[in-house]
Amino acid sequence: MYSVELLVFLILFPVLAALLFCILPNGRLRDAIVVLVSAVIIVATLYLFVLFAGGGTVYFDIESGMISQIMTGLEVIISAGLLYLAAKYRQYLIAGLVVVQLGVVLYAELLIHETAALNNLFIDPFSIIMAMIIGIIGSLICVYSVGYMRDYHAHHDEMPDKRRWFYALLFVFLASMFGVVFSNNLFWLFFFWEVTTLCSFLLIGYNWGDEQTRKNAFWALLLNLVGGLGFACTFAWIGLTDPSGGLVMMDTLLAAGPAVAMIPAALIGFAGLTKAAQMPFSSWLVGAMIAPTPVSALLHSSTMVKAGVYVIIRFAPIYNVTMVGYLISLVGGVTFLLASGIAISQSNAKKVLAYSTIANLGLVVACAGIGSYAAVWAAILLIVFHAIAKSLLFLSVGTVEHKIGSRDIEDMTGLLGRMPKVAVMMMIGIAGMFLAPFGMLISKWAALVAFLDAQYGFILVLLLAFGSAVTVFFWTKWLGKLIEVAWKPEPLEVKISNHEYSALVPLTVLMVAVCIGFPLLSSYLVVPYVFGIYGMTATLGQANTIIMVMMVFMVLVMPLTLLHFRKDRKILPHYVGGRPATPDMHFKGSLGVQRPVALGNYYLTNYFGEQRLSHIGNGVCIAFIALMLAGILLGVIA
Amino acid sequence: MITEIIFAVGFIILAPFIGALIGGMDRKVTARMQGRVGPPVLQPLYDVFKLFEKEKAVVRNEVNFYIFSYLIFVAFTGALFFSGSDILLVIFALTLAHVFLILGAYATTSPYSHIGAERELLQLMAVEPMLILAAAGFYMATGSFAVKDIALWPEPLFMTIPLLFVGIVYVLTIQLRKSPFDLATTHHAHQELVKGLTTEFAGPTLGMVEIAHLYETVFFLGLVWLFFASMPWLGLLVVIVVYFLEILVDNTTTRVRWQVMLRSAWLVALVAGAINLGVLALL
Repeated sequence: MYSVELLVFLILFPVLAALLFCILPNGRLRDAIVVLVSAVIIVATLYLFVLFAGGGTVYFDIESGMISQIMTGLEVIISAGLLYLAAKYRQYLIAGLVVVQLGVVLYAELLIHETAALNNLFIDPFSIIMAMIIGIIGSLICVYSVGYMRDYHAHHDEMPDKRRWFYALLFVFLASMFGVVFSNNLFWLFFFWEVTTLCSFLLIGYNWGDEQTRKNAFWALLLNLVGGLGFACTFAWIGLTDPSGGLVMMDTLLAAGPAVAMIPAALIGFAGLTKAAQMPFSSWLVGAMIAPTPVSALLHSSTMVKAGVYVIIRFAPIYNVTMVGYLISLVGGVTFLLASGIAISQSNAKKVLAYSTIANLGLVVACAGIGSYAAVWAAILLIVFHAIAKSLLFLSVGTVEHKIGSRDIEDMTGLLGRMPKVAVMMMIGIAGMFLAPFGMLISKWAALVAFLDAQYGFILVLLLAFGSAVTVFFWTKWLGKLIEVAWKPEPLEVKISNHEYSALVPLTVLMVAVCIGFPLLSSYLVVPYVFGIYGMTATLGQANTIIMVMMVFMVLVMPLTLLHFRKDRKILPHYVGGRPATPDMHFKGSLGVQRPVALGNYYLTNYFGEQRLSHIGNGVCIAFIALMLAGILLGVIA
Repeated sequence: MITEIIFAVGFIILAPFIGALIGGMDRKVTARMQGRVGPPVLQPLYDVFKLFEKEKAVVRNEVNFYIFSYLIFVAFTGALFFSGSDILLVIFALTLAHVFLILGAYATTSPYSHIGAERELLQLMAVEPMLILAAAGFYMATGSFAVKDIALWPEPLFMTIPLLFVGIVYVLTIQLRKSPFDLATTHHAHQELVKGLTTEFAGPTLGMVEIAHLYETVFFLGLVWLFFASMPWLGLLVVIVVYFLEILVDNTTTRVRWQVMLRSAWLVALVAGAINLGVLALL
């Protein structure tokens, strides 16, 4: 087997490319190389799929001594860098966390005698799914950013152009994500985990000169360091219970079962909650909106938050029917309901997307916390659908923002008339987020089934029932805004770069393809993983699959009826309270003045206000997490 | 498989006529309550036929696409239900249908339709939790989401999930567009200034909306009947009583504000769902 090289390639190649981007000046050559590197990563990921799909779990025996030392060295260097920044900007809390975290890790490494640690890398169907999300969607976002960042700097010419740094970071980010999903050694996983934290911090702070940007970047760093500390405590626990270090291997730890692995699973779950931006930690992801749009797309779809839910799903078998798992589920469920609610009150498109990400991750976390086979099946499908739909949405919002100069949904009125292509892509993305027969609905169906079979699952069912009603509200009103087309709209689509299209189009195709082909996705990748762990698996069932696919085709065919409905119909002006009106949305107001009709959506701020709901959510979720940590403490003492 | 298809096709063909009959009787009873004679029982059918003879006038061509999709998916929803499919998928298909209706109203870019669309969305949000919780209740009681299995359950499910039944009857008022919850559009002339959601629909377009409403009526009464499926005649009686109550409420109340509708529907869903599902889960 030469296949281990492929894994190592996927981790190292983006890093090498990143080093190159640090040197290359802005220009066509660099842009071309970014596209080339992205293409190579996509091809390599597809090759990975061909090579390992259906191959079950494969472990790779890699000599860890040198590599671990390098990683420790890098961790010290990163910590030193963060300490410098923290001191410079007087972020003492961050400085403290960095020191404590590094101390805990080094202490744990002292405790654990270096054994012949084997199987440091591995791959299984779940890793393949994650790698495809990172490799394909992540790379497409990198391609998109070539066109976007050119525009971005044209719009913000007061900003220093740090694009070299930007591309380097993007690819390091991808590399570290590959590291996260391929590592079996938890030390390695933790190293990559911290690199993603660092990358996200630096990317959020891209516009470093702006004070708000810095503040949000440090806030993201702070919350993720809190989670990182939780992760680091796992090593201390392992060092204290089993100095031989066998439990550092994720497969050994998972195989040891809940009796042994409960505490590390809870600690890592805690770390996962911070990274997956669950309440009360959700604010960092909302603040991260300040970064350029490709960064948001990356954070939300293929990296960062996905690392958070990845580890939680990995430990799902441990959570199954335990108090800790149930508490994690409740955090996810409450986050799903309340973050969806907050999305109703937002008119800033990126904020709506942010809250919807938080909500959907909440649903994933709720499934993973339940930890049954059906729940894990649902959770993985949710990740896939969410990654595609959300990247598509962010990128189309980014493109629209550059053309209309606003990211407010109210300003997107009638976008279907002004930018038909991008608007249709955006609509497909939105439909993918909440409508039957598109992806998310299948996952919601599965989640509901999983909750109903779980003990005390009915509380989660309640949260899901209300949450999904709320979801319908805010997505539909967005869709509605897009199709309120003016009478003779002026086209705006003239100057969209090829780079942006070459990411948007594949993502749209992918979205539709996954909706039609999800039974294949399920049976080739998700089912083997779930079956491998539980010996049982969930499916949608044949009859339901047929119905779903039937609905997809109905929805796809339906637009053809437009050909018929466009024929010989009389167009009349609107009814505007009996006033003389024209088809272009003007009516005769008082004193005979022509007035335009302006239509605004409902935001129901009194009920779904951001402050109100986040206070409630943070309070409730802090209580759940405190209960969980108290449980761990009791477990440690007892 | 064959029986399922027969049931589905049967629903698609017969439901509009049954719906029209129900609607006709509704109008008769309503008229009597108001001291009028009322139109013939088949009036809803005449109305629909007449609408299709009218001029094809629209404010935007695209509107018809959304409304036609609404009609198709409402019929699909009912067909799924009466052929015994997964009840969750039925609910999701219904949501999809309503989203199309709302989009149709948005696409008119008209102020009155716009307000109607927002209100219809509020209604959708008010109803959805109760529907999902009812599906959850069916599953907890019978172990299956398939309408077929639920209908063949040997005992009336009303006995195990009575509160969910009450909840469904409560949101039925919203779904049938009956006062006091007819916020988006109404059959009563006195309830609003203009026709809300359907302001800009005329002729065949409005005809499609009317047919969809007939389908929906039959589907929802079917859902009510499902709680008593093991005793079909008792079920029918309950459906008649429930519908009569709806008419009574329709004629004795005036429209409430959306806040009252949303709060009360969610409260009913929460209480009914939490207690009934909780009891089922703990027993």
